[in-house]
Amino acid sequence: MMYVTPENTATGQDRFVGHSSWFRYSSPQTFFPLAGKLVPWFAVAALLFAAAGLYLGFFVAPTDSQQGEAYRIIFIHVPAAWMSMFIYVVMAFWAGVGLTFNTRLSGMMASALAPTGALFTFLALWSGSLWGKPTWGTWWVWDARITSELILLFLYFGFMALQAAIDDPRRADKAGAVLALTGVINIPIIYFSVQWWNTLHQGASVSLKSAPTMAATMFAGMLVMVLALWMYSIAASLVRVRCIILERERDSQWVAEYMSSLK
Amino acid sequence: MNWASWSDFFAMGGYALYVWGSYGVVFGLLAMEIVLLILKKRSILQQLDRMRSAARRGLQ
Repeated sequence: MMYVTPENTATGQDRFVGHSSWFRYSSPQTFFPLAGKLVPWFAVAALLFAAAGLYLGFFVAPTDSQQGEAYRIIFIHVPAAWMSMFIYVVMAFWAGVGLTFNTRLSGMMASALAPTGALFTFLALWSGSLWGKPTWGTWWVWDARITSELILLFLYFGFMALQAAIDDPRRADKAGAVLALTGVINIPIIYFSVQWWNTLHQGASVSLKSAPTMAATMFAGMLVMVLALWMYSIAASLVRVRCIILERERDSQWVAEYMSSLK
Repeated sequence: MNWASWSDFFAMGGYALYVWGSYGVVFGLLAMEIVLLILKKRSILQQLDRMRSAARRGLQ
C-alpha cells in the first residue's frame, strides 16, 4: 500500500487540474489568492447584516406577549444553532469530496470549517441555556434536542482531535472524513428531535411547509442574523483555510514566490 | 420603538442577565476567533520567513 505523502504532492498537481475549468480552483495554489480576495467582502457583509439584524431584533421586533424580552435571545440562538448544523453538513460534504476525488483542497476546507462549527455549537448550547433558565426554569435538561446538539459538539471535537493526532495530513484528512461522514447521521436526529421525542424544547419556529409561527419582523430579524453568521463563517473559514494551505504547501515553489511577493 | 430610555433598553424587562449574557458571550467568542486567526496567520508567515532565511544561509 502506498501512502500519498506531503513530499510527493506539494510539487505535484491534483489530477483534475488542467483538465477542466470546473476543477481549476480545487488546486490550493489557485484557490489561495481567490480566497484572500473574497475574505474582505464576506467580512463587510457579515458586519452589515449583523448591524441590520440586531437593529431589527432589538428595536423593530415587538416584545413577546408570553416571554417578554427574554425571547430576544432567539435572534442569536436560532442562527447559531442553524450554523452549527449547516457547517457540519458542509464540512462532511468537503470531507466526502476529498475521500472520493482525492483532491487536496477538499480536506483542507473540511479542517478549516471544524473550529467555527464547534464554536457555533457551543454558542447555541450557551444561549439556549441562558434562554432555558427564565422560560423553563432550568439551565439544562437531558432532552433529545439538547443532548443531540451536545453530541454534535463532541463530533466536532472528535474530528479535530483525530486530525491533530495524525502527522501525515493526507491520512489525517481520510480518517477525519470517515468520522465526519459517520457523524452526519446526527444532523437529522437534531433537526427532527423535537418531533420524534417528547421534549421540553419547542418545535421548529420556521418550516418550509407553513408560515412562520411568529411576527414578520421577528422572522426578518432572525433571517438577517442567519445571513450575518453565514457571511462570518465563510470569512473565518477562508482565512483559516489560507493558513492551512500555507502550512501544508510550505515547501512548494509557489509559496516561496508568495513569500517573496510580500516583501 | 420598544424602549422608553437607554436604561430601559439595558434592563431588558428584567432579563438583562440572560439576554446580554447570550449576546456578550457570542460576540466575545467570535471576536476571540478573529484575533486568534489573525495571530495564527502572522505566526505562520513569520515561521515561513525564518525557514526561507535559514535555507538561504545554508546555500551560501
